[in-house]
Formats: sequence, C-alpha cells, structure tokens
Amino acid sequence: MTITTKRWGMLVLGGLVLASSAAHIANAPDLTSAGLAGATLRFTVPILLAGLGGLWAEKSGTLNIGLEGMMIIGSWTGAWVGMSSGPWAALLGGLVGGALVGLLHAVITLAWGVDQAIAGIVINMAAIGAVRFLSSVTFANEQGGSISQSPGLEQLPLVSVPFADSVLRPIGGWDVPVLSDAASLVRGLATNVSVGTILAFLLVPLTWWVLARTRFGLHVRACGENPSAADSLGVSPYRIRYLSQTISGAFAGLGGAYLVVVASSLYREGQVGGRGFIGLATLVFGNWTPGGVLGGSLLFGFTDALSTRQAASVEALLLIGGTVLVARAGWLIYRQRRESAIWHLAFGIPVLLWFAFGSSVPKELVGIAPYLTTLVVLAVARQALRPPSAIGVTYRRSEE
Amino acid sequence: MSEGSPVEGFIKRVLSPARLGSMSLHAAAVALSLLFAVTVLGLILAAYGTRPSAVIDVVGEYALTGPGWVAIVNKSTTYFLAGLAAAVGFRMYLFNIGIDGQYRLGVFAAAVVGGALGLPMLLQIPLMILVACLVAGAYAAIAAYLRAERGVSEVISTIMLNAIATGVISYLLSPKRFGVLEDGSSNVQTALIPESGRLPAISIPGAGEVYGFTVIAVIIGILYWLVTERSRFGFELTATGSAPRAALLSGTNPRRMVMITLIASGALAGTVGLPELLGSTHRYGISFPSGLAWVGLSIAIVGRNHPVGVALGALLWAFLERCALPLDLLGVPKEVISVVQASVVLAVVAMYELVHQISERRERRRAAAFARPAAPQGSPA
Repeated sequence: MTITTKRWGMLVLGGLVLASSAAHIANAPDLTSAGLAGATLRFTVPILLAGLGGLWAEKSGTLNIGLEGMMIIGSWTGAWVGMSSGPWAALLGGLVGGALVGLLHAVITLAWGVDQAIAGIVINMAAIGAVRFLSSVTFANEQGGSISQSPGLEQLPLVSVPFADSVLRPIGGWDVPVLSDAASLVRGLATNVSVGTILAFLLVPLTWWVLARTRFGLHVRACGENPSAADSLGVSPYRIRYLSQTISGAFAGLGGAYLVVVASSLYREGQVGGRGFIGLATLVFGNWTPGGVLGGSLLFGFTDALSTRQAASVEALLLIGGTVLVARAGWLIYRQRRESAIWHLAFGIPVLLWFAFGSSVPKELVGIAPYLTTLVVLAVARQALRPPSAIGVTYRRSEE
Repeated sequence: MSEGSPVEGFIKRVLSPARLGSMSLHAAAVALSLLFAVTVLGLILAAYGTRPSAVIDVVGEYALTGPGWVAIVNKSTTYFLAGLAAAVGFRMYLFNIGIDGQYRLGVFAAAVVGGALGLPMLLQIPLMILVACLVAGAYAAIAAYLRAERGVSEVISTIMLNAIATGVISYLLSPKRFGVLEDGSSNVQTALIPESGRLPAISIPGAGEVYGFTVIAVIIGILYWLVTERSRFGFELTATGSAPRAALLSGTNPRRMVMITLIASGALAGTVGLPELLGSTHRYGISFPSGLAWVGLSIAIVGRNHPVGVALGALLWAFLERCALPLDLLGVPKEVISVVQASVVLAVVAMYELVHQISERRERRRAAAFARPAAPQGSPA
C-alpha cells in the first residue's frame, strides 16, 4: 500500500544480495540459477490463481474452502475443452468450469443459507467423485486417455524477451557476486515463459485495480466488512456475493486449467494436490492484499520448485530465513515491540543453529518448509493481519 | 422441577409433544435428504445406462453379505471416531480439519511404541491408546494455542499442520529411522506389533471378525454423550459455542474453552487409526488413508454432533462405500459415491436449516399464544 517504488527497489536489491551471499556461503549455486527461477514461476501460478480466487471470495465476506474442488473441476473442464479446441480454449474452459462451481457455492451459501465452511467441504468432496465420473464417460473412451487421465494436450506457446538469452547467459557465467546471480535470475524469468504465466501475473494488478479503485470493488469490500451497512445503502450483499463467488471460482478454475496446459500437458487425477488450500494460506500470508498473495504464492512456488532440485539450496534458504527473522527481531526491539521480537528470535535462532551445526536437511522435510513458514507467519505477524471482518458469517436480511 | 418419579419425568421429557414434533420434523428431513441422495445416485447410474435391478443384484451379492456387514461395521468404527472428534469441535464452531494430521501422527506414534515394546497386553494396549491420544492431542494443541492466544483461524492452521504431519511422518518412516523394509516389498512400514499389542476381535461365525476396538468406540461414544450432555463442562461448551458473549459474562473463559475443545478433539482424533492398527494391520503403513478429516466433519454434520447421529452417519458412510465397491463390475467407477455422500451432507444441512426455521416459527407462535391470556390454547403438558 504505502510501499513506494524506491522501497521495492531496496527490497529486491537486498533480497538479491542476501540470496547471492547465502548461495556462496552454503555453496548452493542452484539457488540463483535460471532453471530454478523458471521452475518457481511455473509452480507459483496455480497457487497464485487459487489465492486470488480466495481473495475475491473473502473480500466479499465468504470463506471459500471449496477452492480445491473448484480447481479440480477447472482442470477437468479445461482438459475436456482443450482436447478438441486447443490450449486457449482450455484456459477458457477451466475458467467457465470453475465459475460454475463458484456459482454453485454461492447458491449453497446464499440461497440455502448453508454455513460457508460446510459448503466448501461439500464441494471438495463432490469434485473428486465428479471428475472420476466425467472422465469415465469422456477420457476413458479416447486414445491415450483413461479414467484418471486425459489424452496428451497441446500446451500454450512459450515466449522470450528478445536477446535476453544471448546477453544474460554470458553474464551469468562471469561469477561476479550479485551481478551474475541477478543475470541468471532474470534469464530464468525472461526466457521460455508461457503466455499463460504472463497472463496470470497480469491478473494481480487487475484484481488490485478492480478491488481498490472501482465502484464494484468498493461494494465487494463493503460486503466483506459490514454487509448490513452495505445493504442499508442499497448494495445487495446477495448480488455482490453471487458475483464475487463466481469470480472466485473462475480464478480457481483458471488455476486448474493452467496445471493442465502450462505446467503439464495433460489432465491427471490428483494433479491439483492441495494447491487450493495453499491458496487460502497465501491470503493470510499476504494479509488479504493482491500483492501479498503474490508474495505468498512466490514463496510456496519457490519451495515447491526447490524440493525438486538441489538439497544444498535448502540450507542456503535456512540461512536466509534465519537471518531475516533475527534481523527483523532487532528492528522490533528497536521499535519496542518486545513480544513480537521474542517470537522472531524463537524461530530465527534455531534455524540459524541448524544451518551452522545441523546435518543436511532431509528431502522429506523440504516440502514442509512453506507450510511451516506460513505457520510461523501466522504466529508472529497476527497482530498486523487484517482480514475482512464478515468472513464466514452467513448474512440474512432482517430476520425480525 | 417435574414432580413424580424420575422415570415418569424422563418419559414426559422425551415424549413431550414439542419434542416429538421436532423429532418427526428431523426424521422427515433426514428421509428427504436420503431420497435426494438416492435420486442423485440414480441419475449417475442412468448416465452409465446401468439398470437399477442389476445394481441391486450386484450390491446384494458382493456387498451386503455377512462379511460385507462386518466390513461395514469395522469401517464405521473408524469413521465414528473421526465423526466424534469433529463433533467436539463443532460444539464450539471450531472446524478441526487437523483431524487428519492428528490421527496419522497419533497412530504412527502408537505403532512405533507398540512395535518397540513387548509388555503384557493389559499394559501394552492402554499404553498405545494413551500414546496415540497424547501425541494427537499435543499436535492439536498447536492449533489450539494459535486460535486461543493469537486468534489464528483453526481452518488455516490445521491445513498447514496436516501437510507438516505428512512430511514429518514420511521423514520418520524411513528405514534409517522407524521404518522397516520387508524383503520383497517396496512399502516402508513400522515394525510389527507383538501379539500382546493386538486387541482380540469379536468373531462372528461365517462372517468374519469385528474389531475389538468397536466396543471401546461405543464406550467412547457413551462417555462423549455424558460429558457433552450431562456435565457442567458440556453445558459450558454448548453455551460458549452458541452464545459466546453470554457465556463470557457468566464467567466462562472462552480462550480456555477453545484450548480444551481443540485438544480434546485432537485426542479423540488420536483414536481414529487404532481400530485398524490394533485390529488388523498391526503396523503403520500405506493403508492408513489421509483425508479422514473430511469424512469426520461430514459425518458430524449429518449426525448433528449427537453420538447416536454420528454412529448412524458413520454406518451410512461405510455402507455407501461398501456398496460402491462392486459398482466397478458394472463399469461404474466407485469414486462416484463421493458425489452421493456430498449430496447427503448438502441436503441434510439445507433441510436442517429449513427445519430450524419452521420450529423457530412454531416456537414463536407458541410464545405468542402464552402472551395472549384471553385466548387459551390446549394445555401444553
């Protein structure tokens, strides 16, 4: 919100210096490699789309546990449409499929007055059976398809910034601290990027703009903070929530379709793998702002990508995480916020000690890093978090 | 307040017109929900072009035989415990999605302890149960603390904790640590629990064996009923759940209640894996599924947090899943049953909401009748 361009610049530069030195100290060159950067992008987008979907629902005062189910349905409809009509249609198919489930969620919670968390549970449960059923009557009859898998699909095209590869690759090889790291990272982000990835990232500023700058966005936020006040001023929380939950589903469904035509080239059962739930976590992590959701998704995407690569990178990450926590503790002590500082130290010091004296981090534990980070964030940053106040509360117009 | 013998009072209370009316309303709601679910199932089967008579034949032949019923009872034992764990949380409007991670960590710990020790049965089994409950309860305490002291939604924190539990178990379950790799198998499991750590089963001639833990589960159900319906704590629980402000003003500490409720829910979740561990597998391995939290929550919703309702819900769930197995023979994937289960939950919740509104209106009319002294109604017993 108040972070200006200059502060962003400082943050990026600071992050680069930290990453570069950690990569050198921990002897983990992969941490700043182009490959890891590219993989991070691909792992980030589905989580990002789920997170933005969750944001749309929660900003209007709806807890959307059903994101997972909406992604699952979106991945299936995406693949089904994509099978005959190509990758662009697949994205659209996922979007529509997800939107329909979002609409269903809205009907369940608004028309039938069912508790929002229960509605989400129901949707997740039904989605798993529904895709099995749908696959058995469609993909199972296709060549190369089965009851749990679609035939191979065409992917969205990849694009590169002109000359990025030829200019940045040599710089990355120079081995100059920070500069070479930056060059490799940028090369990873600027070459062979899917069009779908770019579109997904554009949805972040779009979401921000609609929610923060348009009349409709104001109405959504009003319904999330105080639906009866909004209602008394002529903004129907029912109408707004029908719309926002449908949009929420559309985002999640798009995330599902992304998994099908960008992150892979087919639909596979279990592909979504809990990303809808992680999307919910990014909301907390990002304090219910689009930029924050992006940050949270990048973190999850990064650790996801990391767990498929060099183990040494994880140790470098321990160093970074521990340093950031301890440094923030110092800042908090300076600001006289002792309780928060103690929490930061309680997590930061063990992490640093583990880096210094611990043996290598086992592969099984790398995967839990993002979840642990989110828990730590929840524990230490709670005071600063500000969720929409009407989340999870069923709105009923004047019961008297 | 009621005069006469306690038995008379009890009968009067149970069979009062108001109560009977509400009971029949709820029964009608459940019946309608099941009808809805059966319709959904019928539509799915119709999509495959399967004849209903063929389905009834194949289900009767493969699922609803003696062994089939034993399997249903065994599975519903697990589901019943998961449902109770969820129901404890629901009393306070807490969604313990962490049942999943809690139960797996609990049963894993119990399997490790049970596999390492060879105590007499009277010590070994209670010890394993205790370990499962303690570990699962302690794991739930993290979410409880975050909710009570830091205001973190238990929905989010337990989703994180489930994923962490998965990672921790796969780390601990490696051959270097607590895992054992049998020759010729690629599944890592914990060590086999000795005879003294196996709960005797109830043998049913010609049908198979019902888990011994089913008896314990029934006892847990009765204890649950006593604590929630007949104790001061249970009253405080319901009071804090339904009217937090009133409970606070009457001296209940809501934070303490949240801590106790979630930890109790976690400890109950610890028992979820025990019927299988003590009764059939005798080791922790891949047969312990994840996702039981969703089953438990659904069953608790359908069963309205009442132990009898939860038991019926668990039986229904196990029954549906058993019936789904032979559907594969007809070319219908058995997973479609989750659509039916989802429609049961949905219909039940929507129906209960309707019943709630109807009975509230009725209540209001009754109160209005009392308030009008000139127009006497039939004596309200």
